Amino acid sequence: MKEVKIKIKNLSVYFNYIQALNDVSLEIFENKVTCLIGPSGCGKTSLLRSLNRMNDMIYGFRMNGEILIDDIDIYNKEIDVVNLRRLVGMVFQQSNLFPKSIYDNLIFAPKILGIKDKNELEEITERVCMQTSIWNEVKDRLNESALNLSAGQQQRLCIARALTVNPDILLMDEPSSSLDPVSTSKIEELLFDLKRNYTILIVTHNMQQAARISDYTAYLYLGQLVEYDKTTKIFTNPANKQTEDFLTGRFG
Amino acid sequence: MNNRFKENIKKKSSSDSIIDKIMINAIRLFSFIVIIIFILILGKIFYEGIGVINWNFLTGIPKSDISKGGIGPAIFGTMAVSLIMLILAVPVGIFSAIYINEFAKDTFWLRLIRASVNSLAGVPSIVIGLFGFGFFVLFVGKSIDSILQTGMFFGQPAIIWASATLAVLVLPTIIVTTTEALNSIPLTFRQASLGLGASKWQTIRYVILPQARPGILTGVILALSRSIGETAPIMFLGSAFFLPNLPLAYLDLSFIQIPIINPADQFMHLAYHIFILSTQSSNPTLTEPFQYGTTLVLVVITLLLNLTAIIFRFRFRKINEVVKRNQ
Ligand SMILES: Nc1ncnc2c1ncn2[C@@H]1O[C@H](COP(=O)(O)OP(=O)(O)OP(=O)(O)O)[C@@H](O)[C@H]1O
Ligand SMILES: [Mg+2]
Repeated sequence: MKEVKIKIKNLSVYFNYIQALNDVSLEIFENKVTCLIGPSGCGKTSLLRSLNRMNDMIYGFRMNGEILIDDIDIYNKEIDVVNLRRLVGMVFQQSNLFPKSIYDNLIFAPKILGIKDKNELEEITERVCMQTSIWNEVKDRLNESALNLSAGQQQRLCIARALTVNPDILLMDEPSSSLDPVSTSKIEELLFDLKRNYTILIVTHNMQQAARISDYTAYLYLGQLVEYDKTTKIFTNPANKQTEDFLTGRFG
Repeated sequence: MNNRFKENIKKKSSSDSIIDKIMINAIRLFSFIVIIIFILILGKIFYEGIGVINWNFLTGIPKSDISKGGIGPAIFGTMAVSLIMLILAVPVGIFSAIYINEFAKDTFWLRLIRASVNSLAGVPSIVIGLFGFGFFVLFVGKSIDSILQTGMFFGQPAIIWASATLAVLVLPTIIVTTTEALNSIPLTFRQASLGLGASKWQTIRYVILPQARPGILTGVILALSRSIGETAPIMFLGSAFFLPNLPLAYLDLSFIQIPIINPADQFMHLAYHIFILSTQSSNPTLTEPFQYGTTLVLVVITLLLNLTAIIFRFRFRKINEVVKRNQ
């Protein structure tokens, strides 16, 4: 059974005078992987960041429309953004590890949640590192600076860090853009595991990857939702000519 | 064969290269002059002052004729005043900077605050001193006295008011350096922290402040070294000409007596002591070595503080470089 987890209704997002999203409506299903695709600058990141209200801190941000998660309006005045962000985790487009040790990066969020027990913190560290298949690479250097890791390792560590708080929904902005094929396929396996418990939204520029991993795909163009459907449908028989052109590389 | 390469590759002897040479050497010369002046001043102070420096001079009590004895109370007084100054100025400065950088939106108020801080930095220290006397002693102190019926206890020059006045003097330095340090922390770290469900204060407390700490410490040390050399602001606020007893009070815990700085006392101060030695002595030839000795102590303290600041700055820059490399 598929249930609607996130309802986006007529969402428009502005940054000062730039309109990043224009009247986007879409429903994201629980325990599914939904892919956002589209050319650079079409508003994928803006859409993702609306879902955990990370846009709030951008100067000049305005929005119209509604976003409901489990039927709760997340832009309601009574919503605590801090709690929202614990439930809606995010992996950012650029790696943003703290200039601290690998271990300190991973225990940052659990510690803020009040977990003090050393064993518990170590368990969390190991669990998320296993999940992101980085454990073998970092287990002997947990106290080294996270910034000494390679770009691909940093990206996986960012994913691991997002998993430490056990979010309900995971937003991933191009999480495998600098990964080698082996870690990419590991991340993709991870997504299969994760979607049993999480709802996942992922932005990717890799069309094969979108086809492989996602259940649903949304194609955005110039801030508008052009097409949204089952991935199999979009990739085999898109309803819209624009979508087809983009997927076959005849875009532009 | 094309001669373009051959003709253009040799060193030019045109007027261009002559101007180049003149300018470069002029720049060298000017920076050299700065170094020379610095060395001359230091050398003079060191040469004239080192002779009187000994354990007795550093820890001893001044004799009634200021050309004998030591400067122990002046060193102690300087430290006491500076310590209380830091206790007053550092929290206010850091919290103001956090407010300016993290909470205030870019509005009229923020601009007004920034303008005030910058203007405050330009106020001459003698004016700050007069303000301190008028505001802290005559207004705050006297008001407390009349409310608490304590006679003339608070309404007179004392360590606490001198420290408060110096705090006003260094506040802009602390605020500006702290704002800069906070501002240099990239947005991505704030996003990472907020995105993981940290609150705004937790983000400041656990991500931003730790990264900005060396920068903030640099500012605090520079503020400290500036305040130590100031005479004008403390002149009317309890710095004493001659005060052999340390400004101490004793906290009586029946089984033990703990000495603490008595903020209501007057005090001796290195900078003021130099001023006194050079202007108030009846026999300048006798006091001159002491004057240089005291100056040497003051200069060495300031240099050490600045050196610490440089080390912090270096560490801060190193952290920032690693961060930048990764972006
Ligand atoms: N912080 C911001 N301030 C102003 N405008 C912004 C900001 N962030 C995004 N925009 C604008 O919003 C529009 C959509 O940007 P967005 O980052 O969502 O694109 P994207 O689809 O994620 O692109 P990419 O694939 O390159 O990451 C762009 O026109 C961009 O210039
Ligand atoms: Mg993007």
